[in-house]
Amino acid sequence: MTESFEERKVEAPRRVAWEAPVDPVLASIDDKLAQGGRLDFEDGLACLETHDLIGLGRLALNVRTRLYGDEAYYVANQHLNYTNICINHCRFCAFHRAPGHPEGYLMTPEEAAGRITATDANDVREVHVVGGCNPEPDLAYYVALLEALGRARPGLKLKAFTAVEIAHIASRAGCTTREVLERLRGAGLSAMPGGGAEVFSERIHQALFPRKIGADEWLAVHGEAHALGLRTNATLLFGHIETHAERVEHLLRLRRQQDLSGGFQCFILLPFHPANTPMAHLPGPSGVDILKTMALSRLMLDNIPHLKAYWIMLGLKLTQVALHFGADDLEGTIVQERIAHQAGAATAQGLTRAQVEAMITAAGFRPVERNTFHERVEAA
Amino acid sequence: MRLSGIAEKTLAGERISFLEARALDREADLLTLGRLAHARRLSLHPERVVTYAVDRNINYTNICVSGCRFCAFYRSEGHPEAYVLDRETLAQKLEETRALGGTHVLFQGGLNPALDLAWHEDTVRFIRSFGLQVHGYSPPEIVYFARQAGATIREVIERLVEAGLGSIPGGGAEILTDRVRRRISPGKADSREWLEVMETAHTLGLKTSATMMFGHVESLDDRLAHLIRLRRLQDRTGGFTAFIPWPYQPGAATLPAETRGGVSYLRLLALSRIVLDNFPHVQASWVTQGAHVGQAALHFGADDLGSTMIEENVVAAAGVRNRMGEADMVRLIEEAGFTARQRGPVYGQVVRG
Repeated sequence: MTESFEERKVEAPRRVAWEAPVDPVLASIDDKLAQGGRLDFEDGLACLETHDLIGLGRLALNVRTRLYGDEAYYVANQHLNYTNICINHCRFCAFHRAPGHPEGYLMTPEEAAGRITATDANDVREVHVVGGCNPEPDLAYYVALLEALGRARPGLKLKAFTAVEIAHIASRAGCTTREVLERLRGAGLSAMPGGGAEVFSERIHQALFPRKIGADEWLAVHGEAHALGLRTNATLLFGHIETHAERVEHLLRLRRQQDLSGGFQCFILLPFHPANTPMAHLPGPSGVDILKTMALSRLMLDNIPHLKAYWIMLGLKLTQVALHFGADDLEGTIVQERIAHQAGAATAQGLTRAQVEAMITAAGFRPVERNTFHERVEAA
Repeated sequence: MRLSGIAEKTLAGERISFLEARALDREADLLTLGRLAHARRLSLHPERVVTYAVDRNINYTNICVSGCRFCAFYRSEGHPEAYVLDRETLAQKLEETRALGGTHVLFQGGLNPALDLAWHEDTVRFIRSFGLQVHGYSPPEIVYFARQAGATIREVIERLVEAGLGSIPGGGAEILTDRVRRRISPGKADSREWLEVMETAHTLGLKTSATMMFGHVESLDDRLAHLIRLRRLQDRTGGFTAFIPWPYQPGAATLPAETRGGVSYLRLLALSRIVLDNFPHVQASWVTQGAHVGQAALHFGADDLGSTMIEENVVAAAGVRNRMGEADMVRLIEEAGFTARQRGPVYGQVVRG
């Protein structure tokens, strides 16, 4: 991964008959891509509505192979959820507790630091830090949290706080999100995770998460982070009440933001897990739907380098298949995942390096360990 | 051997040889195998229908003298968890199956010395009296009954058919090479006997399925030999309805193996669809793969999503628990881009939809 993402984009070779799409709409998208064109809204819808799953997967695999060959990336990381207390009450969330709830918690910076010095996490290179919008702590808490984590494990990269938390911290502190980002960067913030984007649609915003920031603000915070030189990720929570058009619009808005600010490094699809949420009556997206959306994301987001198959939410078997549908990254080894498991995820809460590498190898790819900035690292 | 020649041959609907299948497996990526398998599936079934069954697996006993090394289900005689299903329990299961719109039961069990052929004949009649069809007795059971009764395979099948047996499931095939069977299941029917039961059943007009349990000690060549043997028998009899492969589920069983996951499953499924050009149907195993990969398998050669599994015990004994409502089954099929139809015990025999 030494060359830049731009240098990796080279001319596509023409392909043999059985690698060409069967669906003529996909064939025209293939031609468009070969001429350096971009997918538009109609193309996006066509990808989600085609019956030619394999043909769509092939287009995404071609892009993925051109960029990364047979490599598949993972990071040795740990998830840290410093609080589950949240005032937002999003309808898809099984993790949060209201202020005052007996199961609510807020870790002190020292407790949080204690979590990452635990022996089973000693080879971890990154901590993914996210939590609820808790009304109690002030900006000083978040600064102290990052500083405590940095002191406990110097060299550990801190990928912390979604745009939703940044906006919450700013409103509590009475300052701008940019000021919050600057303070946190000074305290050791390395990068930002992509959570809290949900679906960039005002209809979905009002229906599912009216109390937290919508698309404009989410994208603005990421734009500010990019301007400060911080790399960030982006997500889409899909397979609940959103339409195909809303999914495609989400990807297009993300692509436009990336054209402007350029700091997104990875896009992560989050299939909705309904258990223990107010939407438990919904089935969640099916395997074919997840694979199509994965492939579409690879094709549409031509300016975001990496696409993650988040094994925690996909399951290990589908994650392996997703590597053939455009994904090049599987998140990490992860110690103690909580959020998806509260919503009924049946996967393990963590995997060893050897397990992650075996999963990648069995899927037909070459495992490569990366750091927070998607740079290759030698195995510890 | 060049991939392009084999791929073109497959797309033209031609048969591929053992060596061509081996080259295909070595050289084709997952999506190429899927593309070729799906093309064959659509040429056999252009109407884009996916079938499923509403039934339950009933295991009449878990007592088994076979001692297969991959099995977490069986118990020896006298073990505190050993059982033989009594009539009352069986009746409850049959009533429930009928109430849920079930058409048949998959009826199988261990090789239990305490149960004789007369017991099985009575039991088949009992099930039939509930208006359900019996898809039952895999070849190792039939071979065992023949030995027990001092009868021929043909006589055993005739007596069971007389009692009401409708079709035979393809279980116990594991891998149909004796090199592998000696290592994993030396105590039951060998590959010749397994094939002989199926040939006899087909000759008597019965339809049967065929299975493969892969991902343990076998090699690619063993898998291919398995497929070619099935294809050769099918050329002679035409009695196989469907092929159902699934990976070995390491759990409490004693045979060591790593779980290789979703890609190796889809590859084998697709390769089977390509090689078994004379088999009408290929079934996806959502029970071992989960609903996500089970559904995706409908684009990798499968045209049947198996059963809703009102009851399933054998895979569950290896620690994999899966159940699916009929509405979920139909939704998965439709979301994958197909029309769902309920079938009976014999594949392709539509009962609803």
